[in-house]
Amino acid sequence: MRHTISIIVANEAGELSRIVGLFSARGYNIETISVGKTLDPRWSKATIVTSGDDTTIEQIVKQCSRLARVKEVKAVTTLPHIEREMALIDVSVTRGDERQEVMSLVNIFRAKVVDISHDKMILEMSGTQDKVETFIDMLKPLAINEVTRSGTVAITRLSALEGSEYALQRAA
Amino acid sequence: METATQKNPTVVTIPVSVHETEKVRGAEVLIKGLIANGVDTIFGLPGGAVLHIYDELWRYREQVTHYLVRHEQGAVHAAEGYARATGKVGVALVTSGPGATNAVTGIATAYMDSIPLVVITGQVPSGMIGTDAFQEVDTFGITLPVVKHSYLVRNVHELEDIVNEAFYLAKEGKPGPVVIDIPKDVTAQLTEYRGPQNATLVFEAERPKPSVKSVELAVEKILAARRPVFYVGGGVVSADAADELARVVEILDVPVTPTLMGLGGFPTAHPQCLGMLGMHGTYAANLAVAESDLLVAVGVRFDDRVTGKLNTFAPNAEVIHIDIDASNIGKLRKPQIPVVADAKEALAALADRFAQESLGKDRLADWWEQINEWRSEVPLSCEYSETEIKPQQLIETLHKVTDGDAVVVTDVGQHQMWAAQFYPCKRSRQFLTSGGLGTMGFGLPAAMGAQLACPDTTVVAVVGDGGFQMTNQEIITAVQYNIPLKVVIMNNGYLGMVRQWQEMFYDRAYSEVDLSVSPDFVKLAEAYGAKGLRATTPEELEDVLRQGLEYDGVAIIDVVVSKEENVFPIVPAGGESRNMILK
Ligand SMILES: Cc1ncc(C[n+]2csc(CCOP(=O)(O)OP(=O)(O)O)c2C)c(N)n1
Repeated sequence: MRHTISIIVANEAGELSRIVGLFSARGYNIETISVGKTLDPRWSKATIVTSGDDTTIEQIVKQCSRLARVKEVKAVTTLPHIEREMALIDVSVTRGDERQEVMSLVNIFRAKVVDISHDKMILEMSGTQDKVETFIDMLKPLAINEVTRSGTVAITRLSALEGSEYALQRAA
Repeated sequence: METATQKNPTVVTIPVSVHETEKVRGAEVLIKGLIANGVDTIFGLPGGAVLHIYDELWRYREQVTHYLVRHEQGAVHAAEGYARATGKVGVALVTSGPGATNAVTGIATAYMDSIPLVVITGQVPSGMIGTDAFQEVDTFGITLPVVKHSYLVRNVHELEDIVNEAFYLAKEGKPGPVVIDIPKDVTAQLTEYRGPQNATLVFEAERPKPSVKSVELAVEKILAARRPVFYVGGGVVSADAADELARVVEILDVPVTPTLMGLGGFPTAHPQCLGMLGMHGTYAANLAVAESDLLVAVGVRFDDRVTGKLNTFAPNAEVIHIDIDASNIGKLRKPQIPVVADAKEALAALADRFAQESLGKDRLADWWEQINEWRSEVPLSCEYSETEIKPQQLIETLHKVTDGDAVVVTDVGQHQMWAAQFYPCKRSRQFLTSGGLGTMGFGLPAAMGAQLACPDTTVVAVVGDGGFQMTNQEIITAVQYNIPLKVVIMNNGYLGMVRQWQEMFYDRAYSEVDLSVSPDFVKLAEAYGAKGLRATTPEELEDVLRQGLEYDGVAIIDVVVSKEENVFPIVPAGGESRNMILK
């Protein structure tokens, strides 16, 4: 089962490698990882997409919690949550009808054109991983030159407020 | 499934008091920090990156005694021996590069057995990090998977807090090794040393208590069980919970089986003790666990050397798992009742609860009858010989001549298992061994550290002729500092444990296990300035052991034992633990 884990860890050198090292040492898979500062810049939030059965996910949560500089670990996929991924896609559009086709996909998927030249376009697409993948898939008949994906970020829904980062920060 | 955790911050911030202090260099902050954390003994070996630190050590030599080892692995094992014997944090100091890599085996050994250590490693100057400078290695990276926590000190002003936090982390919760990697320039830079009175960070360790609910659930299960067994491990020892354990199990009159790491946590001679369980556990212990309807697992981790084939381990038992480390619970065996708590707190809570119950005297009479049958059916025993010293006999005689009071430190191999089987322990921290990593070479330097920690106790390293040769260079350290260490070499002329597996599972193809070409250990001892003795016959064994143990100084006792003796019972690796090979 695919799971998204969010980890709040000290924004210090080496702390991320401790988490990544733990995943590789214990044989857990990292499908995507993305990291950024939280409201409080002393802490970062890492969102890791991994896969495993319930026992594995529980172990991942517990193992990560053991790390001295980890403040909070959540398997967000076990809670009501929102997930997004962003992709930047460079496609070739040499014929006029190709450009038309891309534009109609952009409209359908609510993507954006962020750069354009005579024969290429760069598209920005954000949404669930599924949606991003479908969009890329739909573009495949055209020539895709390069795809850069952000990895998933996630946040628990307000209905799962108790214990959330938001609640913690409001309480603090 | 537990899928979210949140920690209470352990750090309490106190405003910095405004005061004038003289500036001191990083190296001095480090030494003062060690002293403030109660350190008076450290083990190490200098080099370029730690010269400033050694310079300060020299100035503070009245307050901190540094023991100069001959190899950094020895420093870390000695620090471990010190920590294992006392529960205090052991400290080792090594230089960058090869000093740090030599220390890794010791750090990993401590990590696997949850031993509190602070290991200080020198590093090349900050500006040279990442340039492949002379004696540069990425110590932070190399040690990452085998530390509880680690620091690369980037700023001298942080050093004091780092040292304090390192000592806190090494001991807090489940203990473990903490590495502080300090670039040379940081040890020379000036900063203020605030001291414990003016600390900006205060670390308060507390023992996590069990929830009331989990205790109630556990009580209910334990009272309902007809065939309960307490399976107890290193967590009982590290929490110093032996008294609480004894209280609970005596009220309940239940059988107890310790793991290798749990030896001493419950007195072996206690009528309720079934002896060690697992690969080389007793017949009664392994069968009792196999037949149990309830396992009360305290401070254990369902290690494969205990369980054998996991899904046939205690197949009909429900499990109550008490552990301070939540990640241990459910890692290998899902308990019916998880209790995340310090073993001492949890056992005390259980004892208090059971003290209120009126338990029938013969509640478990049937169970005990069955267990006692197993006990008499296959007790631990060995046949002595007229001509050769049997390895088991060596341990039994050692037990006799030390009145069962010595701290026994083993290396890894057959002798380790015989020591575990035939040296009954009376108290916690009496049996020190590398259980998790199984590090040959651990025994001698660890015993040296333990002897320093317990100057009034006889400390005996029981080692194989193989493992002895991995760290015997530390004999000279013991001699130099008059550490009256006793080393008993169980000399069977083989890498014995490997030979046993080759005999039993590889058609006696003795591939690369012959140690018949070895140094003369008596002469070697003498070359080091220690006393060397040898016993080759059963008649002289006791006398030679006595002479060696009574010697006022370092004694190396080479005991030549029968060459092809095997450790029994044995559960073949990955086998079902009820299927023991008995001889
Ligand atoms: C550093 C290290 N290398 C290899 C091993 C594998 N090993 C386990 S027991 C053993 C044999 C030990 O022989 P010896 O020290 O003579 O003790 P004995 O088994 O004969 O009592 C070996 C090689 C180990 N545990 N540690």
